[in-house]
Amino acid sequence: MSQFAVELRDVVKRFPNPGGGEITAVNHATLQINHGEFFSLLGPSGCGKTTSLRMVAGFEWPTSGEIFIDGKPMGRTPPFLRPVNTVFQSYALFQHMTIFQNVAFGLEMEGVSREETRRRVEAALEMVQLTGMGSRKPRQLSGGQQQRVALARALVKRPAVLLLDEPLGALDLKLRKEMQLELKALQEQVGITFIYVTHDQEEALTMSDRIAVMNKGNVLQIGAPVEIYERPNCRFVADFIGETNFLFGKVKAIDPDFVIVSLHGSERELVGIPLGKFYSGQEVVVSVRPEKMRIFDDTPLKIGVTPNQPNCFPIRIINTMYIGSDTRIVIDFGGGTQLKVWEQNHLSTLDTLAYYAPGQELWVTMRPENVLILPQEE
Amino acid sequence: MSEKKPALWLRIYALLAYAYIYFPILILIIFSFNTQKINVRWEGFTLQWYKVLFNDQNVILATRNTLIIAFTSTIISTVIGTLAALALQRYRFPGYGAAESLLYVPVIIPEVVMGISLLAFFASIGLTLGLGTITLSHIAFNIPFVTLVVRARLHGFDKSIEEAAMDLGANELTTFWRVTLPTIMPGVLSGALLAFTLSLDDYVITYFTAGPGSTTLPLRIFSMVRFAVTPEVNALSTLWVLTVFIVLLIGQIAQRSQSPQQTR
Ligand SMILES: Nc1ncnc2c1ncn2[C@@H]1O[C@H](COP(=O)(O)OP(=O)(O)OP(=O)(O)O)[C@@H](O)[C@H]1O
Ligand SMILES: [Mg+2]
Repeated sequence: MSQFAVELRDVVKRFPNPGGGEITAVNHATLQINHGEFFSLLGPSGCGKTTSLRMVAGFEWPTSGEIFIDGKPMGRTPPFLRPVNTVFQSYALFQHMTIFQNVAFGLEMEGVSREETRRRVEAALEMVQLTGMGSRKPRQLSGGQQQRVALARALVKRPAVLLLDEPLGALDLKLRKEMQLELKALQEQVGITFIYVTHDQEEALTMSDRIAVMNKGNVLQIGAPVEIYERPNCRFVADFIGETNFLFGKVKAIDPDFVIVSLHGSERELVGIPLGKFYSGQEVVVSVRPEKMRIFDDTPLKIGVTPNQPNCFPIRIINTMYIGSDTRIVIDFGGGTQLKVWEQNHLSTLDTLAYYAPGQELWVTMRPENVLILPQEE
Repeated sequence: MSEKKPALWLRIYALLAYAYIYFPILILIIFSFNTQKINVRWEGFTLQWYKVLFNDQNVILATRNTLIIAFTSTIISTVIGTLAALALQRYRFPGYGAAESLLYVPVIIPEVVMGISLLAFFASIGLTLGLGTITLSHIAFNIPFVTLVVRARLHGFDKSIEEAAMDLGANELTTFWRVTLPTIMPGVLSGALLAFTLSLDDYVITYFTAGPGSTTLPLRIFSMVRFAVTPEVNALSTLWVLTVFIVLLIGQIAQRSQSPQQTR
């Protein structure tokens, strides 16, 4: 067994543009996916996720670069000779065959004996909870059930790697959530490497061992969900994953662990952690997530306890929205900047709304390790 | 679907429309059983015209020719037409637009023109007119029709099922036989059915490309009715209508069993 289940080495894919010229769908992508890993490709529409997956499956060939599956360079190996299987977004079930025949198709192609085929197909159908549905036609199943057939059809081949292109995209939200959990459990049970394409950041965060965030054909960051969320390496990733506030400023001072940024349009200074290399005077973006800020009144100040920490600022409440678990507050941070702040309603007070009245003058604080300093993109 | 009944006048209107189409055929069928030799008055019931028909060597020969031509040209034109439809669906190449439009020109140009040009062509390459030339001609005019019908079916064809088949280990050929063809089969069958009926009753092109001994049924009937429409022709036509009807019925049944029911 080689080191990686799948490796993309400096892969580029260009398509001829119907209107002339070329489209670069994937731009120098390098990915290393471990054995047994649940790896997600995440990014907005058109960023090249499907193209990357199709190159691994063998439906497209890289313009340059090389793809390795279990250490073997794939070159122009056709799909039917690659040890990977795909679950298509449209499911791509064979409508003229029964569910059983659909699932058995791949085994038949391998020349597996009749008896073993029957056994393995039944086991696969049981695994996706479709026991007894074998004689139905795909159209006689619901969307979620068809999705499971597609899954069983691919898994029954016991591939080294399973490729999934937005497999839950066509399902409604509730079923989607259920299937997310099921898929994740299934992946752990069978131990197969999953490469999972999605544009849903929440889905990627909940299911993946690691995520590659893509934009415009480029792989921007690869990391565990926590890293991607807590330590994004650029403004795009910070913006695409979860919600955040951006502030703009200039680096004032640097010490090994922290950077002080003086914000544009106000006298205020923020202390945060540098995500990248910075020099004094550099223009930067500051990202602070809404749930990482605390609003408090001036009681501690009145009783003489000055908050002996940076990042404490007077603010004004603009409005609040109560959404049950949270209260979402928009504050005026000064200098024409508005920030979103989410507070969890851990107290069962009925007058939260009364607590923050629009126009009320309060304070906000944030810990320096939650203030992320990112390079300003060109 | 609601079970609402159409208004009375609509039903009468529809009935009249059907009568307009089928009444002449009904008359023809009735008179094929008439003892009277002239198609004007009903005299009495007889099967003698059918007997005459079954003993008419010329008719039997013409029937044989017609069926040979229809089957051969249907099979060949269905294969070629289907492949053309698949190619047009799958590939974009220089001259695509021209290839697409030129394919359908034979559907529009007058049959007489096509007949004459085929005759000229066969003469120029020195082919003897006969069953062979008729069959070649029928293949030629059937291909566009088959392609048209199959393309209609291919519209919205989900290419990912072919990719799925290959992904599961099927090579190109297996994918075609096991997945592509069964999926487009209803379209191919309708195309073949259309080609078969077109070939069965073609007169103009056949007339130009026929040689001695290759008379087909339409040609035979035309020569029989040159002087008068006899009950024998009525009988022949009746049998023909029946044949076409059965062919259509088989086609319908085949299609229904091919495309699974939408119902849950
Ligand atoms: N066969 C093709 N020919 C031309 N351009 C293509 C082709 N396939 C993809 N592209 C282009 O490549 C880019 C990336 O497409 P891709 O399908 O990989 O995006 P994606 O990330 O999967 O998006 P989505 O989330 O919408 O599925 C797009 O700009 C797309 O238009
Ligand atoms: Mg996609």
